[in-house]
Amino acid sequence: MKNTIAERIFDFLKNFPPFNILEKEQLFKIATHVKVHYIEQDKSVFTQNENPHNEFYIVKDGAIGLYRTMDNDNILVDICDEGDLFGLRPIIQNNQYLMSAVANEESILYAISVELLKEIIDSNEKVKKFIVASFSTNIKTPYAKTNNGQLFANEDVLNKNNAGISDVQTAQYSKNPITCTKAYTIQQAAEVMSVKRVGSILITENNKPIGIITDKDLRLKIATGLISIKEKVTTIMSSPVITCHKKITVAEAQINMLKHKITHLCITEDGTPNSNLKGILSEHDIVVLHGNNPSVLIKELKRAKNVDTLKYIREKTSKLLSGYMEQNIPIRFVSNIISEINEAITIKAIKLSIEEMETEPPVKFTWLALGSQGRKEQLLITDQDNALVFENVNPKDYDFTKNYFLQLAKKITNKLHIIGFENCPADMMGSNPRWCISLNQWKEQFNTWITKPTEEAIMMCTIFFDYSLVYGNVELVDEMSESIFESIDNYEIFLNFLGRNALRNPPPLGFFRQFLVEHDGEHKDQFDLKSRALMPLIDAARLLTLSVNHKNKNNTIERFKEMAKAEPQNKYLYEMCIDSFKILLRFRTNQGLKNNNSGRYVDLNNLSKSEKLKLKGCFKPIKDIQELISVRFKLNQIGM
Amino acid sequence: MFSFFKKKKYPEFWNTYVSKVENCQKYSTFENIRFVALDTETTGFDFNNDRVLSIGAVAVQANKIIVSDYFEIYIEQEVFNKETVKIHGIRRNGTETKLSEKEALIQFLEYLDDAVILAHHTSFDVGMINMALERQGLGSLISKSVDTNYIHKKMVSDSNFGKIYSLDELSEIYNVKTHDRHTASGDALITAQLFLKLLGKYRKNYALNLNDLINSHYPFS
Repeated sequence: MKNTIAERIFDFLKNFPPFNILEKEQLFKIATHVKVHYIEQDKSVFTQNENPHNEFYIVKDGAIGLYRTMDNDNILVDICDEGDLFGLRPIIQNNQYLMSAVANEESILYAISVELLKEIIDSNEKVKKFIVASFSTNIKTPYAKTNNGQLFANEDVLNKNNAGISDVQTAQYSKNPITCTKAYTIQQAAEVMSVKRVGSILITENNKPIGIITDKDLRLKIATGLISIKEKVTTIMSSPVITCHKKITVAEAQINMLKHKITHLCITEDGTPNSNLKGILSEHDIVVLHGNNPSVLIKELKRAKNVDTLKYIREKTSKLLSGYMEQNIPIRFVSNIISEINEAITIKAIKLSIEEMETEPPVKFTWLALGSQGRKEQLLITDQDNALVFENVNPKDYDFTKNYFLQLAKKITNKLHIIGFENCPADMMGSNPRWCISLNQWKEQFNTWITKPTEEAIMMCTIFFDYSLVYGNVELVDEMSESIFESIDNYEIFLNFLGRNALRNPPPLGFFRQFLVEHDGEHKDQFDLKSRALMPLIDAARLLTLSVNHKNKNNTIERFKEMAKAEPQNKYLYEMCIDSFKILLRFRTNQGLKNNNSGRYVDLNNLSKSEKLKLKGCFKPIKDIQELISVRFKLNQIGM
Repeated sequence: MFSFFKKKKYPEFWNTYVSKVENCQKYSTFENIRFVALDTETTGFDFNNDRVLSIGAVAVQANKIIVSDYFEIYIEQEVFNKETVKIHGIRRNGTETKLSEKEALIQFLEYLDDAVILAHHTSFDVGMINMALERQGLGSLISKSVDTNYIHKKMVSDSNFGKIYSLDELSEIYNVKTHDRHTASGDALITAQLFLKLLGKYRKNYALNLNDLINSHYPFS
């Protein structure tokens, strides 16, 4: 008999995990056996400590709040809305409900019986994984060792479309590498290379690669007369060689080369140096395959003579970025590469600007990147945040010096603007007279911010504290840093103010209607990924590292790594923060690439359920790190 | 009076239905009552000339809609009114598997069992089914029935006493999403959801018992 009602329930469930990964027949069976509940507002579905029902629930319409009562406090743990699933753990583990489920508004629920679920778990491995993962995101302490790495397991399970990524291009390597044995002399090897017209030769033993000689070795070690051509190849070969598997992707190959600062990779049977040689992959092979090679871009940059070329390179960098994102390259590598290129572009812009000035800079100076560029977390083109420090000068020379550097800074920021880095709306740029000042003035400025921490001052600190040297004199920066840390040491309460600032944006509880979107303005009804998810982690990392005197790191991931080392007892929390940060940064980058903007504001309606779940998983560590900060800096007691 | 009916010779399936309803012990405890939310699509509104095209139904018990306890059939047509095709979408020779009127009624009575009928404007649906029963030489339905229209009217102190609320109006008032409007199963589901919501409201004002619900119903003349 046709069952129109079950078909509609099927159509609803198939949009949400884990139902979206079920076989059609399995899901239809579930849909046929659903019981529809109607829960009035403020009525409960189940209460804490109640014995488990024989069914779990999916919200069809409305919203169900999950509350946990502890010591008379009724804490809202989560809000489930359309498509969310709840009440599952107790029926699987057969123990009491840990939370109460109460309708925040009238709701319609689909109830699915435990027997049906068990049947499906037994036959579908992916569903099982999803369920395990959903437990670890819901339990109270997800930082227990056993859960390490599972917090975001949802991500893998849910992206079923990524199961067989086909768009990762496998690198094409030379399958007949030129080789010789270690008995060869350098001269013999060079002759082979000339005859075969290749730039490198592999030295093998029992068909396993033990070393490599490239044109560069011949140029540096032989042509200079350092070593005789009569010597054996082993005297100049680079050893051991870096090997990889034949299934290596273009992106992985690039990363390997960058990481090891090499230009050739050996391809072996199983990817280790102990198996048979299958071929060789050179940087040139990749350049041929892939026009947007980072080292090629850097080379082009070095030769660039004008701003237009820089703009062109920056555009190519954006293409490179989207390629990396598609191939799911680790975000840390991606941000390293993109930051390197951005920095090189900025340096070139500075050099071109100095050439345009009529005279050389009168004294030493330093160009600083601030904010996300300073932290090397800038993936998409965002605003420029920068500043200029110049050496202290006699009062009589001050005006002249300042004018010179202001002019220079204007040239630099103009160029950056043309290249594609938008001007900072708050004018935090070296071309602003306030941020183009001498070393002593900077010291004083920081000291004022630290000792008189008004709201504005704290805001400035969060931007200016994450500086990094881009161009110029390193001593100026070091001296400035010293002075800042001295000020902080003398005025420790500053950290509490910074702490309060770090808690400014509590993480959202869940994706529940207007709960966490912007209420007005241009981005009404959108989720502010930057200030609500990324900034809380960035602020927390900065504050914590400052408080334990690890002052030389200014990258969020590095900072959390430092913290994990400094406080092993909180290692899991810090690692979860790193995971969250990476996921969020990747998320923002993908959003930005997709919508061709900064990726800061996300329209929740355009997110898939699995994307929402992924984001939701990131909020828990934010909440926990904020609690840690609140306790550590006694923020409840300042009375502000 | 009772023995007069007994004298008439009815087929076995009809007698089974009658005895199930008459002997049902469930009506005194609300949680035990099986309600069957039903809707019929017909060729028109004339009891004498129009016919039932399809019956859709789903059970409601203990405040839950039991999706697996459902009924959905399409009936072969001798009367065809092309005007209503655009409302219900059932063509004379459509693709749905169709049953004869008799076979449809046999299956429906078996499904209905001792349940209480729940519908919107119950008198119309029950009336249409009764006409079909009569054509097959059977009696009228003896199931108890409730009507979402009347339950609603009982609760709102509506000065507009004579007003008849449509299913769409009630869906609007009680915020029930209306998918599959004008299919028998779709309307049956909407009616069932309305019923759950009405019960929630009703429970606040009245002790919940079947007699009260039934008494909210103004019997079909």
